[in-house]
Amino acid sequence: MKLDSKIPQGPMAEKWSNYKANQKLVNPANKRKLDIIVVGTGLAGASAAASFGEMGFNVKNFTIQDSPRRAHSIAAQGGINAAKNYPNDGDSIHRLFYDTVKGGDYRAREANVHRLAEVSNDIIDQCVAQGVPFAREYGGLLDNRSFGGAQVSRTFYAKGQTGQQLLIGAYQALMRQVNAGTVDLYTRTEIVDIVMVDGKARGVIARDLVTGEFQRHFGHAVVLATGGYGNAFFLSTNAMGSNGSAAIKAYQKGAAFANPCFAQIHPTCIPVHGEFQSKLTLMSESLRNDGRIWVPKKKEDAEAIRAGKLKPTQIAEENRDYYLERRYPAFGNLVPRDVASRAAKERCDAGFGVGATGLAVYLDFKSAIERLGEDAIRARYGNLFQMYEKIVDDNPYETPMMIYPAIHYTMGGIWVDYELQTTVPGLFAAGEANFSDHGANRLGASALMQGLADGYFVLPYTIQNYLADDISTPRMTGDEKEFVDAENEAKAKFEKLLAIKGNRSVDSIHKELGLVMWDFVGMARKKEGLEQAIEKIAAIKKEFYSNVRIPGSGEGMNVELEKASRLADFIEIGDLMARDALHREESCGGHFREEYQTEEGEAQRQDDKFTYAGCWEYQGEDKAPVMHKEELTFEVVKVAQRNYK
Amino acid sequence: MENNISLTLKVWRQNGPKEKGRFETYKLEKVSTDSSFLEMMDILNEQLINDGNEPVAFDHDCREGICGMCSLYINGRPHGPDDDVTTCQLHMRKFKDGETITIEPWRSAGFPVIKDLIVNRNAFDTIIAAGGYTSVSTGGVPDANAIPIPKVDADEAMDAASCIGCGACVATCKNGSAMLFVSAKVSHLALLPQGKVEAARRAKNMVAKMDELGFGNCTNTGACEVECPKGVSISNIARLNREFLKAKLQD
Ligand SMILES: Cc1cc2nc3c(=O)[nH]c(=O)nc-3n(C[C@H](O)[C@H](O)[C@H](O)COP(=O)(O)OP(=O)(O)OC[C@H]3O[C@@H](n4cnc5c(N)ncnc54)[C@H](O)[C@@H]3O)c2cc1C
Ligand code: SF4
Ligand code: FES
Repeated sequence: MKLDSKIPQGPMAEKWSNYKANQKLVNPANKRKLDIIVVGTGLAGASAAASFGEMGFNVKNFTIQDSPRRAHSIAAQGGINAAKNYPNDGDSIHRLFYDTVKGGDYRAREANVHRLAEVSNDIIDQCVAQGVPFAREYGGLLDNRSFGGAQVSRTFYAKGQTGQQLLIGAYQALMRQVNAGTVDLYTRTEIVDIVMVDGKARGVIARDLVTGEFQRHFGHAVVLATGGYGNAFFLSTNAMGSNGSAAIKAYQKGAAFANPCFAQIHPTCIPVHGEFQSKLTLMSESLRNDGRIWVPKKKEDAEAIRAGKLKPTQIAEENRDYYLERRYPAFGNLVPRDVASRAAKERCDAGFGVGATGLAVYLDFKSAIERLGEDAIRARYGNLFQMYEKIVDDNPYETPMMIYPAIHYTMGGIWVDYELQTTVPGLFAAGEANFSDHGANRLGASALMQGLADGYFVLPYTIQNYLADDISTPRMTGDEKEFVDAENEAKAKFEKLLAIKGNRSVDSIHKELGLVMWDFVGMARKKEGLEQAIEKIAAIKKEFYSNVRIPGSGEGMNVELEKASRLADFIEIGDLMARDALHREESCGGHFREEYQTEEGEAQRQDDKFTYAGCWEYQGEDKAPVMHKEELTFEVVKVAQRNYK
Repeated sequence: MENNISLTLKVWRQNGPKEKGRFETYKLEKVSTDSSFLEMMDILNEQLINDGNEPVAFDHDCREGICGMCSLYINGRPHGPDDDVTTCQLHMRKFKDGETITIEPWRSAGFPVIKDLIVNRNAFDTIIAAGGYTSVSTGGVPDANAIPIPKVDADEAMDAASCIGCGACVATCKNGSAMLFVSAKVSHLALLPQGKVEAARRAKNMVAKMDELGFGNCTNTGACEVECPKGVSISNIARLNREFLKAKLQD
């Protein structure tokens, strides 16, 4: 496998301009002859599909939900970054670039990140033109706030519903193209395989989730924008349908899967409260702007709270340990997510945790309410507070919130080069599905930025560079042997699942996988644990293929069958994550190996050995994958120990 | 405080769009009042699967009240007995031990049943495609701060834009009208200078599409506003009517 990152020549700040100046383009008449398949309608997929349609390509766009507007991007709360420097607080493209590389613990490709920072401002302009109602100041100009890992205010937001508003903007642009006839939309349709012809991605096999029928679709190029795979953990902040299946299919067709172990644990989620729990709810990171995180200073207070004998409001100020402010005075409550998550775990493991389970810390708005008044806090976070109250049945204006870390985002994903092309020619990956810009840890408010950058401003250029050589490739009908074979293979997989007729529900096995992932491949990992995880996951795989029970048939809608086919792929992802985590003998970003920490318990990178992206190549069913390295070089950023003190 | 309750569920089962549906009755024991309504449905489905039966199909995704995918008519109310929440945010503490809960799909000519509790809401996308956007393409737009927008307008636009497209307004309306949904989009865009340019044309095209798709007329009963989980106000309908009139006058 060859990993050619195709980084353009020239100084960092000129690479993207150079690329655009020299790339190949497709003229309007030829665009009409070219078909592009876009899988996914989240920020990355919808923005790409809409832009391709506007440019004149023929687009087929797929989503598993009933409407493009339901993609998981809708749930993002906090905001989106850009280097506008409207607040005049010293921000710049260079600083956003630098913060992102540093925040990612020096495991991202500089050139991609620089381009991301460059196009960030265009995104805000685009969204405003679409009618995204970002928050504004009384003077009528856009308001900004700050997010973890940054010392400037560069985050644009729309109440606590930024993802919703950005996605609706992209969705509306997409529906305009559907109306114009440039985009064919397939809702409740799942891509179950990628079709290869002569070594290139040339289409997909889809399954209509309403009828159960299989379909063959041709495209001169295929873009995967299918989101992240955090649901391998069963419990995560992701939507119930978020999955890694398309990524796994790509991997099995020869696309490298990079840094699978880089998963982000978000520090501020509502703690787990029962076995019936189906997902974890995020409390936006923006809350850390005004909320202060603490646990009791005295163990006996923590114990009394856990036993229900003491309330947090009864603990005097001097008996509270604002541990983030104590350990990281420069960034305080706004340290990056990985740092905040581990600090919470450290306090809880040491016996200072609160809540019935002891696996929770407080996020307190008392000082902010005293300082700004309850109305100001309500205006900023009203919907989040309401959400908390509905779930927990507790009033966060009066009692501090309880939070605990949870799996949230996957930095790892399909390896892509500078053009967002995978190692399979003609197969591109965008948004959370690719591995590109966040290294080992993503900063808050930069996933929305990346998804829209990929879809609006990167792929519309880079895909032309590929398609320019394809203008004389005629459309295929879908009746070619490669398509028929791929369909038969996909059908056989579904039939195999239905034929198992075992005794256990899909969810019960998924929960088992999730526990193994959380215990051994979660917030703190070590060699023995990871080795055990690999064995346990193999056992779960065996159990799944011999004992899963899927009622009903392959005809018509069958939700259990959908879940089973996704779980089959989560099992593969779980295995990959554990292998990658085992091989990476260092701590960096979201990947914390207990063996590699400083005396103060901070993550310790091993730059001499691991300054690379670990890219896994599939070797066949039940064979161990092979790892290749994309070495990372840093021309501009000075690699240093991250320091938020 | 957390409690366990027992429930009788009367659930609408329907195998496919063309099949006849019926209610089935199920018993559930020891449901934690801390669980959400959809987690209760998960428990029911786990029980059905373990007994060798087909689980109940229902729509859901984010389970945070934002994607608009969950639906359900619970004891005669869309999204159930709590106010300002979607079904996924409804918690079992709103129900009593021993209670019988009736669970049905949205019932409206515009939203045909696909299976059990799942309905087809594609009509909403078709209405948006008819004009629910600003006609700008990617690139070549002015700086985001080029046009100041009064904060009150931006905030009001945001309130209208918070519609999640769930369809509760249609489901609760005796006429099956989609006016609240349409007016939320027309208002959101008409309130902003970027969307104002096409406001009248947009209103006309979206309303025409809504009529064409078989949604009923609005007779101002206000039921939609009461059931909207996002508090979208019927004052948006007045704004829609104004834009619609403007379009008629321009014709
Ligand atoms: C609760 C929450 C809050 C967040 N808040 C923020 C924030 O404030 N700021 C920020 O920057 N980021 C935030 N994030 C992260 C961010 O929302 C996501 O990373 C981002 O939206 C992902 O966008 P996407 O387009 O890559 O994928 P998604 O939005 O996940 O879309 C995936 C699409 O792929 C489709 N799909 C998947 N598989 C298939 C298949 N096999 N066949 C067909 N279609 C398929 C789905 O239907 C969907 O349309 C948050 C995430 C969560 C969970
Ligand atoms: S207006 Fe309210 S009830 Fe109607 S679709 Fe939008 S959010 Fe749902
Ligand atoms: S599941 Fe998303 S709003 Fe209820």
